Amino acid sequence: MAEVRITGLHKRYGAFHAVRGIDLDIRDGEFTVLVGPSGCGKSTLLRTIAGLEESSEGTIEIGGEVVNDFRPRDRDVAMVFQDYALYPHMSVAKNIGFGLKARKMPKPEVEARVAEAARMLGITPLLGRFPRQLSGGQRQRVAIGRAIVRNPRIFLFDEPLSNLDAQLRDEMRGEIKRLHQDIATTMIYVTHDQIEAMTLADRIVLMRDGLIEQQGAPLDLFERPASTFVAGFLGSPRMSFLPGTLKLDGSAAAIRLADTLLPVAPGRTLNGAADGQAVLLGLRPEHLTRAHAAAPAQGIFRYDATIDLLQPTGSRSYATFRLAGAPVMAELQAHDVSRPGERLPIDINMNRASIFDAKSERAI
Amino acid sequence: MAAVAPARRTKRRSVPVGRILLLGFFLLFVLWPLYWMFNTSIKPSDDYLTVPPVWFPTAPTLVHYEAALFAYRGLDGLINSLIISLSATVLSALFGTLMAYSLARYNTGGQHLSFWVLSQRFLPPIGIVLPVFLIYRGVGLYDTHIGLIIAYTVFTLPVSVWMMFAYFRGMPKSMEEAALVDGCTRWEAFWRVAVPLAAPGIVAAAVFAFIACWTEFFFALILTSRTAFTLPTVFRAFIGFQGAQYGEAAALAIVSLVPSIALGVLAQRHLVRGLTLGAVRG
Repeated sequence: MAEVRITGLHKRYGAFHAVRGIDLDIRDGEFTVLVGPSGCGKSTLLRTIAGLEESSEGTIEIGGEVVNDFRPRDRDVAMVFQDYALYPHMSVAKNIGFGLKARKMPKPEVEARVAEAARMLGITPLLGRFPRQLSGGQRQRVAIGRAIVRNPRIFLFDEPLSNLDAQLRDEMRGEIKRLHQDIATTMIYVTHDQIEAMTLADRIVLMRDGLIEQQGAPLDLFERPASTFVAGFLGSPRMSFLPGTLKLDGSAAAIRLADTLLPVAPGRTLNGAADGQAVLLGLRPEHLTRAHAAAPAQGIFRYDATIDLLQPTGSRSYATFRLAGAPVMAELQAHDVSRPGERLPIDINMNRASIFDAKSERAI
Repeated sequence: MAAVAPARRTKRRSVPVGRILLLGFFLLFVLWPLYWMFNTSIKPSDDYLTVPPVWFPTAPTLVHYEAALFAYRGLDGLINSLIISLSATVLSALFGTLMAYSLARYNTGGQHLSFWVLSQRFLPPIGIVLPVFLIYRGVGLYDTHIGLIIAYTVFTLPVSVWMMFAYFRGMPKSMEEAALVDGCTRWEAFWRVAVPLAAPGIVAAAVFAFIACWTEFFFALILTSRTAFTLPTVFRAFIGFQGAQYGEAAALAIVSLVPSIALGVLAQRHLVRGLTLGAVRG
């Protein structure tokens, strides 16, 4: 168990600057997810923490100790790899016990700990098998077993679920979350999957081009994205962005989208906003519902929409319509809407909407 | 299922005539010279060149084997060849594996060193045999086992390195990285994870090196005389003023086949086992 502190971390591969100055504090026992598109430096950051890559600049502290010059084995971390990285020439039991044996632990203790880890993960019957005789999910369990058996200070996961099919991925995601609840060890988890990030993390660190774009609790990032990049990355289907201009009139503010004027929710602070400023209004599908109440509540803008695309998923239907010329998606109950071309009143919840500066793409 | 099974059975029963014919012809093509050689080695000398040939010797004899092994010192050549070829093979596989690993994992020498290693094979050996001969004479390596072992190790290294280089590069790094995080040193990760996984490649490279050493004639001829001479050089003696000693040549050729075949059988087991080690991803 340990906290991790990263200060001013850079990583260069020749001319390529993969990590460009990361400062990050991870609390003891926290589940931190590094997320971002491919090439954003998240895997490099994780591998640098593991000691598999050397940092070009900056320090990494684990448990208050600078580990920059430590070999991977001396950092007391365990890592689960995307391709599982099981040793194909060893049985499952040998795979799990390998790290303990490498650290010269007495054989009876190795066997006891392997048995305990196997029991925890429900893979006891597989101990005598070889990796090639296992399914993808079983291999991933063995890889996790190899990590937990060592009782490390920190767990590192490098896209551990991306080689699994969708159903198994959901299942393993739950198991990893349960594992963290049970053992409460610091975990750092890399993924490009925003669902994994949202569901697993105590804290999401969203990266872009080698820098941290925003970090915080999943719901903070989801509800208050710092930029259009964050807003667009988290949430599926994606947030709709509508270009408009800001109208400031005393205490009342509104956003003009072509011929439609949407009042900004009262009490919402607009930092450094100017009248006439070009903005992007960010609306998530769940910010839009079918209007049922007679009159809209405060902060709700009602709009008569003509649905031009309908994507039913069973419980929900994603309905796309045009608002002042720009496409917007609404997440409606399946019974709210029946066919494209239908005209219905939509309530837009301006209390939850995000407003970004059009040029800098940062939240206002 | 029930509908499928009969169709499969009829398919299995039909005899692939074309395939059997082709394989039979190929087998004949390969085995015929071997049979002829074996036949000659046990024929009395008078039967070598008779027309029609003696297909099945009525009075097989081992005199040619005796002469080839003892009078012509074939046994000494065999022992020398075994010592030299096996030593050079082991050294070549050892150094080749180490160097290839370094090239593949540490990018030693940038992008050019690996190709430079292979380029050493571009030079025709005849171009360097005289300088090597003179150096060997000067430093006392001429006609020694060590001398030929060094020469053969050097000659087989480029191919060993290149084969192993390709093998290591095709192996995912993550298993060694897992070993490093798990608690291994760099050396342990190499020795306990990379080497076992590369075993099929190492065996294949070693087989190539052994065959090259076992059949090498030119350097053995120039660099040895009465002490460290190898099996291939013994064959010279069978063609002399009194004509060719077909029986002795055939007998020694049969003897020289034995280690190669034994090695092939041993290596094949490793190679087949090695192939099933792959495919770790799900």
